[in-house]
Amino acid sequence: MAEIIVSFLLLLGGSFILIGSIGLIRMPDFFMRLHGPTKATTLGMAGILIASIVYFSFIVEQPSVKEILITIFLLITAPISGYMLIKSAIHHRLESHEGTKGCDNIEED
Amino acid sequence: MLDTVILIVFSMIGLSLLLNLWRLLIGPTVPDRILALDTMYINSIALIILFGIKMVSSLYFEAALLIAMLGFVSTVAVCKFLLRGDIIE
Amino acid sequence: MRFQSRLSWLPTPFRSLLLFIVWLLLNNSYSVGHLILGAILAIAIPWLILPFREPQPLILRPWLAIRHMLLVLYDILTANIQVAFLILGPVKRLRPAFVKVPLDLTHEMPITILASTVSLTPGTVSAEVYPIPETLAPGELPEQRYLLIHVLDLKDEQELINTIKTRYEAPLKEIFQC
Repeated sequence: MAEIIVSFLLLLGGSFILIGSIGLIRMPDFFMRLHGPTKATTLGMAGILIASIVYFSFIVEQPSVKEILITIFLLITAPISGYMLIKSAIHHRLESHEGTKGCDNIEED
Repeated sequence: MLDTVILIVFSMIGLSLLLNLWRLLIGPTVPDRILALDTMYINSIALIILFGIKMVSSLYFEAALLIAMLGFVSTVAVCKFLLRGDIIE
Repeated sequence: MRFQSRLSWLPTPFRSLLLFIVWLLLNNSYSVGHLILGAILAIAIPWLILPFREPQPLILRPWLAIRHMLLVLYDILTANIQVAFLILGPVKRLRPAFVKVPLDLTHEMPITILASTVSLTPGTVSAEVYPIPETLAPGELPEQRYLLIHVLDLKDEQELINTIKTRYEAPLKEIFQC
Protein backbone atom coordinates (compact mmCIF):
# COMPACT_ATOMS: atom_id res chain seq x y z
CA MET A 1 0.00 0.00 0.00
CA ALA A 2 2.69 2.46 1.07
CA GLU A 3 4.65 1.43 -2.00
CA ILE A 4 1.77 2.45 -4.28
CA ILE A 5 1.51 5.86 -2.57
CA VAL A 6 5.27 6.44 -2.88
CA SER A 7 5.22 5.44 -6.56
CA PHE A 8 2.26 7.70 -7.28
CA LEU A 9 3.82 10.70 -5.52
CA LEU A 10 7.18 10.14 -7.24
CA LEU A 11 5.56 9.96 -10.67
CA LEU A 12 3.44 13.04 -9.93
CA GLY A 13 6.48 15.02 -8.77
CA GLY A 14 8.62 13.87 -11.69
CA SER A 15 5.98 14.80 -14.25
CA PHE A 16 5.45 18.25 -12.72
CA ILE A 17 9.20 18.92 -12.78
CA LEU A 18 9.29 17.79 -16.42
CA ILE A 19 6.32 20.03 -17.26
CA GLY A 20 8.04 23.01 -15.63
CA SER A 21 11.15 22.43 -17.74
CA ILE A 22 9.06 21.96 -20.90
CA GLY A 23 7.46 25.33 -20.13
CA LEU A 24 10.96 26.81 -19.89
CA ILE A 25 11.65 25.64 -23.45
CA ARG A 26 8.28 26.16 -25.14
CA MET A 27 7.17 29.62 -24.06
CA PRO A 28 7.98 32.50 -26.42
CA ASP A 29 9.16 35.23 -24.01
CA PHE A 30 10.89 35.54 -20.65
CA PHE A 31 7.83 36.58 -18.65
CA MET A 32 5.87 33.53 -19.80
CA ARG A 33 8.85 31.24 -19.22
CA LEU A 34 8.95 32.32 -15.58
CA HIS A 35 5.56 30.69 -14.88
CA GLY A 36 6.78 27.11 -15.38
CA PRO A 37 9.71 27.00 -12.94
CA THR A 38 8.08 29.10 -10.19
CA LYS A 39 4.94 26.97 -9.97
CA ALA A 40 5.14 23.54 -11.55
CA THR A 41 8.65 22.83 -10.31
CA THR A 42 7.79 23.82 -6.74
CA LEU A 43 4.85 21.41 -6.64
CA GLY A 44 6.98 18.71 -8.26
CA MET A 45 9.59 19.12 -5.50
CA ALA A 46 6.85 18.92 -2.86
CA GLY A 47 5.64 15.64 -4.41
CA ILE A 48 9.10 14.06 -4.39
CA LEU A 49 9.89 15.24 -0.85
CA ILE A 50 6.57 13.92 0.52
CA ALA A 51 7.25 10.63 -1.27
CA SER A 52 10.62 10.53 0.52
CA ILE A 53 8.91 11.13 3.90
CA VAL A 54 6.38 8.33 3.28
CA TYR A 55 9.14 6.00 2.07
CA PHE A 56 11.41 6.46 5.09
CA SER A 57 8.55 6.44 7.61
CA PHE A 58 6.53 3.47 6.40
CA ILE A 59 8.77 1.24 4.27
CA VAL A 60 12.22 1.66 5.86
CA GLU A 61 10.61 2.44 9.25
CA GLN A 62 13.03 5.14 10.35
CA PRO A 63 10.48 7.94 10.89
CA SER A 64 11.81 11.11 9.32
CA VAL A 65 9.97 14.33 8.63
CA LYS A 66 12.89 16.68 8.03
CA GLU A 67 12.19 16.76 4.29
CA ILE A 68 9.35 19.12 5.22
CA LEU A 69 12.08 21.70 5.90
CA ILE A 70 13.18 21.72 2.24
CA THR A 71 9.53 21.91 1.11
CA ILE A 72 8.86 24.95 3.30
CA PHE A 73 12.15 26.54 2.28
CA LEU A 74 11.36 26.13 -1.42
CA LEU A 75 7.81 27.42 -0.95
CA ILE A 76 9.18 30.56 0.72
CA THR A 77 12.11 31.19 -1.64
CA ALA A 78 10.57 30.36 -5.05
CA PRO A 79 8.43 33.55 -5.20
CA ILE A 80 11.34 35.69 -3.98
CA SER A 81 13.75 34.50 -6.66
CA GLY A 82 10.97 34.82 -9.25
CA TYR A 83 10.40 38.38 -8.12
CA MET A 84 14.11 39.22 -8.35
CA LEU A 85 14.30 37.68 -11.85
CA ILE A 86 11.28 39.57 -13.20
CA LYS A 87 12.56 42.80 -11.64
CA SER A 88 15.90 42.46 -13.40
CA ALA A 89 14.08 41.56 -16.65
CA ILE A 90 12.00 44.74 -16.43
CA HIS A 91 15.15 46.73 -15.62
CA HIS A 92 16.81 45.38 -18.77
CA ARG A 93 13.64 46.20 -20.79
CA LEU A 94 13.23 42.70 -22.18
CA GLU A 95 10.75 42.48 -25.04
CA SER A 96 7.50 40.75 -24.21
CA HIS A 97 5.64 38.48 -26.60
CA GLU A 98 3.56 40.32 -29.19
CA GLY A 99 -0.07 40.53 -28.10
CA THR A 100 0.80 41.05 -24.43
CA LYS A 101 -1.81 43.38 -23.05
CA GLY A 102 -1.16 46.18 -20.58
CA CYS A 103 2.53 46.73 -21.39
CA ASP A 104 2.00 50.44 -20.65
CA ASN A 105 1.40 49.45 -17.02
CA ILE A 106 5.16 49.01 -16.67
CA GLU A 107 6.78 52.14 -15.29
CA GLU A 108 10.39 53.07 -15.92
CA ASP A 109 12.71 52.85 -12.94
CA MET B 1 7.58 -1.94 -8.68
CA LEU B 2 9.29 0.87 -6.79
CA ASP B 3 12.61 0.23 -8.55
CA THR B 4 11.01 0.68 -11.97
CA VAL B 5 9.22 3.85 -10.86
CA ILE B 6 12.47 5.29 -9.47
CA LEU B 7 14.19 4.59 -12.79
CA ILE B 8 11.37 6.30 -14.71
CA VAL B 9 11.47 9.36 -12.44
CA PHE B 10 15.29 9.45 -12.73
CA SER B 11 14.99 9.66 -16.50
CA MET B 12 12.25 12.31 -16.25
CA ILE B 13 14.42 14.55 -14.06
CA GLY B 14 17.44 13.88 -16.25
CA LEU B 15 15.46 14.93 -19.29
CA SER B 16 14.31 18.13 -17.59
CA LEU B 17 17.92 18.90 -16.61
CA LEU B 18 18.88 18.53 -20.27
CA LEU B 19 16.05 20.87 -21.29
CA ASN B 20 17.27 23.41 -18.71
CA LEU B 21 20.81 23.08 -20.05
CA TRP B 22 19.48 23.74 -23.55
CA ARG B 23 17.78 26.94 -22.36
CA LEU B 24 20.97 27.91 -20.51
CA LEU B 25 22.95 27.57 -23.74
CA ILE B 26 20.59 29.29 -26.18
CA GLY B 27 19.65 32.18 -23.86
CA PRO B 28 18.81 34.56 -25.56
CA THR B 29 19.10 37.06 -22.67
CA VAL B 30 20.91 37.05 -19.33
CA PRO B 31 17.76 36.72 -17.14
CA ASP B 32 16.77 33.67 -19.23
CA ARG B 33 20.06 32.02 -18.41
CA ILE B 34 19.74 32.81 -14.69
CA LEU B 35 16.22 31.35 -14.70
CA ALA B 36 17.54 28.18 -16.34
CA LEU B 37 20.33 27.94 -13.74
CA ASP B 38 17.85 28.41 -10.88
CA THR B 39 15.63 25.64 -12.26
CA MET B 40 18.69 23.41 -12.60
CA TYR B 41 19.43 23.93 -8.90
CA ILE B 42 15.91 22.88 -7.94
CA ASN B 43 15.96 19.87 -10.26
CA SER B 44 19.29 18.72 -8.87
CA ILE B 45 17.75 18.78 -5.35
CA ALA B 46 15.05 16.45 -6.66
CA LEU B 47 17.75 14.22 -8.16
CA ILE B 48 19.65 14.02 -4.84
CA ILE B 49 16.49 13.20 -2.83
CA LEU B 50 15.63 10.50 -5.36
CA PHE B 51 19.16 9.10 -5.06
CA GLY B 52 18.67 9.02 -1.28
CA ILE B 53 15.50 6.96 -1.76
CA LYS B 54 17.29 4.57 -4.10
CA MET B 55 20.24 4.12 -1.72
CA VAL B 56 17.89 3.87 1.32
CA SER B 57 19.91 6.49 3.16
CA SER B 58 18.80 9.79 4.67
CA LEU B 59 22.36 11.16 4.63
CA TYR B 60 21.75 12.95 1.32
CA PHE B 61 19.16 15.21 2.94
CA GLU B 62 21.81 17.62 4.27
CA ALA B 63 23.37 17.97 0.83
CA ALA B 64 19.95 18.76 -0.65
CA LEU B 65 19.28 21.40 2.02
CA LEU B 66 22.68 23.02 1.35
CA ILE B 67 22.07 23.11 -2.40
CA ALA B 68 18.61 24.65 -1.83
CA MET B 69 20.13 27.45 0.28
CA LEU B 70 23.12 28.11 -1.98
CA GLY B 71 20.92 28.09 -5.07
CA PHE B 72 18.55 30.67 -3.65
CA VAL B 73 21.32 32.94 -2.39
CA SER B 74 23.27 32.79 -5.65
CA THR B 75 20.18 33.52 -7.77
CA VAL B 76 19.35 36.55 -5.64
CA ALA B 77 22.98 37.74 -5.71
CA VAL B 78 23.25 37.49 -9.51
CA CYS B 79 19.89 39.26 -9.97
CA LYS B 80 21.00 42.00 -7.60
CA PHE B 81 24.18 42.36 -9.65
CA LEU B 82 22.11 42.72 -12.84
CA LEU B 83 19.86 45.29 -11.21
CA ARG B 84 22.47 47.52 -9.58
CA GLY B 85 25.84 46.51 -10.98
CA ASP B 86 26.86 45.80 -7.41
CA ILE B 87 25.98 43.16 -4.84
CA ILE B 88 26.61 45.00 -1.57
CA GLU B 89 26.10 48.73 -1.80
CA MET C 1 -1.42 46.79 13.45
CA ARG C 2 0.65 46.00 16.52
CA PHE C 3 4.43 45.77 16.65
CA GLN C 4 5.06 45.02 20.33
CA SER C 5 4.40 41.63 21.84
CA ARG C 6 2.44 41.47 25.10
CA LEU C 7 5.13 39.25 26.63
CA SER C 8 8.26 41.27 27.20
CA TRP C 9 10.54 38.21 27.31
CA LEU C 10 9.25 36.95 23.94
CA PRO C 11 9.47 39.81 21.42
CA THR C 12 8.36 37.74 18.38
CA PRO C 13 6.27 34.75 19.48
CA PHE C 14 5.67 33.18 16.06
CA ARG C 15 9.29 33.45 14.97
CA SER C 16 10.28 31.71 18.20
CA LEU C 17 7.78 28.93 17.48
CA LEU C 18 9.16 28.59 13.95
CA LEU C 19 12.76 28.39 15.22
CA PHE C 20 11.75 25.75 17.77
CA ILE C 21 10.04 23.60 15.13
CA VAL C 22 12.93 24.02 12.67
CA TRP C 23 15.42 22.93 15.36
CA LEU C 24 13.41 19.79 16.13
CA LEU C 25 13.00 19.02 12.40
CA LEU C 26 16.72 19.51 11.69
CA ASN C 27 17.65 17.07 14.45
CA ASN C 28 14.74 14.78 13.57
CA SER C 29 14.08 13.93 17.22
CA TYR C 30 11.93 15.05 20.13
CA SER C 31 14.06 13.87 23.05
CA VAL C 32 14.08 15.99 26.23
CA GLY C 33 17.56 17.37 25.55
CA HIS C 34 16.59 18.69 22.13
CA LEU C 35 13.31 20.10 23.49
CA ILE C 36 15.20 22.10 26.14
CA LEU C 37 18.02 23.23 23.82
CA GLY C 38 15.46 24.18 21.14
CA ALA C 39 13.44 26.22 23.63
CA ILE C 40 16.56 28.05 24.83
CA LEU C 41 17.62 28.84 21.25
CA ALA C 42 14.09 29.86 20.25
CA ILE C 43 14.01 32.42 23.04
CA ALA C 44 17.65 33.59 22.82
CA ILE C 45 17.96 34.09 19.03
CA PRO C 46 15.07 36.59 18.63
CA TRP C 47 16.53 38.55 21.57
CA LEU C 48 19.99 38.65 20.00
CA ILE C 49 18.82 39.75 16.55
CA LEU C 50 16.21 42.23 17.81
CA PRO C 51 18.50 45.32 17.55
CA PHE C 52 19.35 44.55 13.88
CA ARG C 53 15.78 44.39 12.64
CA GLU C 54 13.03 46.87 12.04
CA PRO C 55 9.93 45.94 14.05
CA GLN C 56 7.49 43.93 11.92
CA PRO C 57 3.73 43.70 12.50
CA LEU C 58 2.67 40.68 14.56
CA ILE C 59 0.06 38.10 13.59
CA LEU C 60 -2.99 39.03 15.64
CA ARG C 61 -5.39 36.31 14.47
CA PRO C 62 -3.44 33.02 14.57
CA TRP C 63 -6.40 30.76 13.75
CA LEU C 64 -7.34 32.82 10.73
CA ALA C 65 -3.69 32.73 9.65
CA ILE C 66 -3.68 28.91 9.75
CA ARG C 67 -6.96 28.78 7.80
CA HIS C 68 -5.58 31.19 5.21
CA MET C 69 -2.43 29.07 4.90
CA LEU C 70 -4.48 25.94 4.22
CA LEU C 71 -6.55 27.84 1.63
CA VAL C 72 -3.34 28.99 -0.10
CA LEU C 73 -1.95 25.44 -0.08
CA TYR C 74 -5.15 24.16 -1.71
CA ASP C 75 -4.94 26.96 -4.30
CA ILE C 76 -1.30 26.10 -5.03
CA LEU C 77 -2.39 22.53 -5.84
CA THR C 78 -5.24 23.50 -8.17
CA ALA C 79 -3.30 26.38 -9.75
CA ASN C 80 -0.37 24.10 -10.55
CA ILE C 81 -2.56 21.63 -12.40
CA GLN C 82 -4.14 24.56 -14.26
CA VAL C 83 -0.72 25.99 -15.23
CA ALA C 84 0.49 22.53 -16.27
CA PHE C 85 -2.39 22.29 -18.76
CA LEU C 86 -1.70 25.83 -20.01
CA ILE C 87 1.97 24.97 -20.58
CA LEU C 88 1.19 21.75 -22.44
CA GLY C 89 -1.65 23.31 -24.45
CA PRO C 90 -1.30 25.43 -27.60
CA VAL C 91 0.98 28.42 -27.00
CA LYS C 92 -0.74 30.62 -29.59
CA ARG C 93 -4.00 30.63 -27.65
CA LEU C 94 -2.48 32.09 -24.45
CA ARG C 95 -3.30 35.71 -23.68
CA PRO C 96 -0.44 37.08 -21.56
CA ALA C 97 -0.95 40.45 -19.91
CA PHE C 98 0.41 42.86 -17.31
CA VAL C 99 -2.23 43.89 -14.76
CA LYS C 100 -2.00 46.59 -12.10
CA VAL C 101 -3.76 45.74 -8.84
CA PRO C 102 -4.44 48.62 -6.41
CA LEU C 103 -3.48 47.66 -2.85
CA ASP C 104 -5.21 48.52 0.42
CA LEU C 105 -2.32 47.18 2.51
CA THR C 106 0.17 49.75 3.70
CA HIS C 107 3.02 47.95 5.46
CA GLU C 108 5.80 46.17 3.52
CA MET C 109 5.47 42.86 5.36
CA PRO C 110 1.83 42.08 4.43
CA ILE C 111 2.54 43.30 0.87
CA THR C 112 5.46 40.87 0.64
CA ILE C 113 3.26 38.00 1.81
CA LEU C 114 0.56 39.00 -0.70
CA ALA C 115 3.11 39.18 -3.54
CA SER C 116 4.45 35.72 -2.64
CA THR C 117 0.96 34.18 -2.54
CA VAL C 118 0.13 35.78 -5.89
CA SER C 119 3.35 34.31 -7.34
CA LEU C 120 2.48 30.82 -6.15
CA THR C 121 -1.21 30.78 -7.14
CA PRO C 122 -3.30 30.88 -10.34
CA GLY C 123 -1.27 31.68 -13.44
CA THR C 124 0.15 34.94 -12.09
CA VAL C 125 3.61 36.19 -11.08
CA SER C 126 4.00 39.41 -9.12
CA ALA C 127 6.50 41.73 -10.77
CA GLU C 128 6.79 45.05 -9.01
CA VAL C 129 5.28 47.30 -6.35
CA TYR C 130 4.59 50.88 -7.47
CA PRO C 131 5.71 53.43 -6.51
CA ILE C 132 9.15 51.78 -6.38
CA PRO C 133 10.41 52.09 -2.77
CA GLU C 134 13.89 53.27 -3.82
CA THR C 135 12.49 56.35 -5.59
CA LEU C 136 10.68 57.62 -2.48
CA ALA C 137 12.29 60.05 -0.08
CA PRO C 138 13.08 58.44 3.30
CA GLY C 139 10.02 58.51 5.53
CA GLU C 140 7.70 59.52 2.70
CA LEU C 141 4.49 57.48 2.49
CA PRO C 142 2.85 56.95 -0.91
CA GLU C 143 -0.91 57.56 -1.17
CA GLN C 144 -1.79 54.47 -3.15
CA ARG C 145 0.35 51.43 -3.90
CA TYR C 146 -0.06 49.15 -6.88
CA LEU C 147 1.10 45.60 -7.46
CA LEU C 148 2.12 44.85 -11.03
CA ILE C 149 1.45 41.22 -11.94
CA HIS C 150 2.09 39.19 -15.09
CA VAL C 151 -0.75 36.86 -16.07
CA LEU C 152 -0.17 33.83 -18.29
CA ASP C 153 -3.74 33.59 -19.59
CA LEU C 154 -5.98 36.59 -18.90
CA LYS C 155 -9.73 36.05 -19.16
CA ASP C 156 -11.24 39.06 -17.42
CA GLU C 157 -9.06 41.74 -15.86
CA GLN C 158 -11.64 43.08 -13.38
CA GLU C 159 -12.57 39.59 -12.21
CA LEU C 160 -8.91 38.72 -11.57
CA ILE C 161 -8.39 41.91 -9.55
CA ASN C 162 -11.53 41.17 -7.52
CA THR C 163 -10.40 37.59 -6.86
CA ILE C 164 -6.99 38.71 -5.61
CA LYS C 165 -8.51 41.41 -3.43
CA THR C 166 -11.22 39.30 -1.79
CA ARG C 167 -9.48 35.92 -1.67
CA TYR C 168 -5.95 36.87 -0.66
CA GLU C 169 -5.82 40.49 0.45
CA ALA C 170 -8.87 40.66 2.75
CA PRO C 171 -7.72 37.78 5.04
CA LEU C 172 -4.25 39.38 5.30
CA LYS C 173 -5.83 42.65 6.37
CA GLU C 174 -7.81 40.75 8.98
CA ILE C 175 -4.76 38.78 10.21
CA PHE C 176 -2.56 41.87 10.69
CA GLN C 177 -5.48 44.15 11.63
CA CYS C 178 -4.45 47.01 9.36
